Amino acid sequence: MKIVVCVKQVPDTINVRINEKTGTMEREGVPTMVNPYDLYAVEEALRVKEQHGGEVMVLSMGPPQVQDALREVISMGVDDARLLCDREFAGADTLATSYTLARGFARIGEYDLIYCGKPAIDGDTAQVGPELAEHLNLPFIGFVRKIREVRPGFICAERMTDDGGEVVESSLPAVVSVVKEINEPRLPSLRGKMKAKSFEAVTWSAADLEVDRERIGLKGSPTWVVRSFTPEPRGGGEILAGGDSAEIASKLAEKIRELGVCS
Amino acid sequence: MDYLLSEQQIFIRDTAREIAQKKILPVRAELDEQEEFPWDIIKELAAADLFAIFVPEAYGGLDAGILDVCLAMEEISKACGGVAVSYASSALGAFPILLYGSEEQKQKYLPDIASGKKLAAFGLTEAGAGSDASGIQTTALPDGDHYVLNGTKQWITNGGEAEIYTVIAMTNKARGIRGASALIVEKGTPGFSFGKKEKKLGIRSSSTRELIFEDCRIPKENLIGKEGQGFLAAMKTLDKSRPGIGAQALGIAQGAYEEALRYSRERVQFGKPISSFQAIQHMLADMATKIEAARALIYSVARYMDTNPKDMSVESAMAKLYASDIAMEVTVDAVQIMGGYGYMREYPTEKYMRDAKITQIYEGTNQIQRNVIALGLIKRSAGKGK
Repeated sequence: MKIVVCVKQVPDTINVRINEKTGTMEREGVPTMVNPYDLYAVEEALRVKEQHGGEVMVLSMGPPQVQDALREVISMGVDDARLLCDREFAGADTLATSYTLARGFARIGEYDLIYCGKPAIDGDTAQVGPELAEHLNLPFIGFVRKIREVRPGFICAERMTDDGGEVVESSLPAVVSVVKEINEPRLPSLRGKMKAKSFEAVTWSAADLEVDRERIGLKGSPTWVVRSFTPEPRGGGEILAGGDSAEIASKLAEKIRELGVCS
Repeated sequence: MDYLLSEQQIFIRDTAREIAQKKILPVRAELDEQEEFPWDIIKELAAADLFAIFVPEAYGGLDAGILDVCLAMEEISKACGGVAVSYASSALGAFPILLYGSEEQKQKYLPDIASGKKLAAFGLTEAGAGSDASGIQTTALPDGDHYVLNGTKQWITNGGEAEIYTVIAMTNKARGIRGASALIVEKGTPGFSFGKKEKKLGIRSSSTRELIFEDCRIPKENLIGKEGQGFLAAMKTLDKSRPGIGAQALGIAQGAYEEALRYSRERVQFGKPISSFQAIQHMLADMATKIEAARALIYSVARYMDTNPKDMSVESAMAKLYASDIAMEVTVDAVQIMGGYGYMREYPTEKYMRDAKITQIYEGTNQIQRNVIALGLIKRSAGKGK
């Protein structure tokens, strides 16, 4: 089976800086990492390969420095990678991003399964996965916490929902986005690191992808960020202390009644 | 200190370190307490290709050297000496095949060892044959196309967990140690069973069992090298493996020292961190100096051995002897610096001390190492006089 994983390079979470003027994230000169959710997707893809054989490819969009992120997943055992890299792609919102990725998939041609991490931890929209499925006209299974079965042409997955879970079956190809509960990503291997050392992903430009120029980058993005801000923290809670547990419980019950939450 | 490691060696060190710190450290206390064989971690080490480093490329390995194995051992041991010896014993079991095995034996056994799919183990010691290997009682008597094994091997690391055992047994008792041969025995061979798992002072996550042979028939093609080469194969195997045990001791010492150093900076007595007292400072200085000396010795011996010198028994023994002796000293001092806290199982320091002790005992006691060194030096001196 050929499994393609969408991977995004994101700023290292400890070092996020917001440009006060534009309200967008500073991406230049800050340490980066592979979006952690995408590592769960990579791990799941590698497991499918171990079970059925085949190939794991990674697809990413971003500036040339994304090659570092691609080398990181190559060291985990990913076979190959493609990078969609063009100045014209810059400033894309999720719609323009998913359109561009879809063009990348058209260029890749054949594939059996697409894995994505549910959200990227920088923008945190979780929109690119489902939008990509729409562009490709493929089934989408989101919030997947467990793959029950996967084989050529078929997948059965457990989705995580607010009130428990759902078991979904689908034909393949499909787009599957995974949550962090799904697995524990493997660490890089020695052979992987040696391969990664000299690895350079093939890059595809806007011209290579035969895109509609009106639908990519800033120009193709109907949404834009007006301002980014840190919300005010919620007020501190009240700690009921003193007395034994029965006394504290009755104090607590009194408070709840006062608030009119229940009688 | 920068030891001018190659890029591959840095990869190996960092890969082992990442597994040690992320996967082994969080579970080491539990593994020790439960005396549980660390299969999950063995699988991690295998997936990271760490079992491949002591196997040639032709058999699915990465063809790295003794120094590379030492780097991996040091990092794993910094987290847990028990896990480290389980890893190293697979190399120990593979060395006789690597050194004296036939092409067919190498093709058959090494790829699975390199991938970590199967563990290996080495069976030399017996109840009556410890330092004196000539006391081996286990026999492997020829019978048609087979050898028939009878006897019991004692304290075999990875016993019961490994699939591939290289065992030293007497094919001709009348010839003494020249009648000893090395043989490959696979787990599951009829007549081959295991004794109970031993309870130990340290390295408790590793598995130590008896190998029991009762009319165990193995095909003659499982003989490693020639009949009578068993003692030589065992000695050459130990020459190759000793720096790895030195590196285990080094890692244990380093781990204990780091705990003591961190603690001494946090622990306040008489209104100051205890690291500000000269009594503690001098202990830390001595510990760090010994560790660095051991590291320098191990790395240089391992590098020298990777040039395939004809005779390196002396240097190999020195590396193991020095590192294990200082590991014992350093871990005892680490516990001392931490006082009552160091003695408690809640902290990892007492475990380092328990784990360190075995490194002075196995792969040849340190008394035997001194014999090897002295005899080797005398032989070299006599050779020059000719």
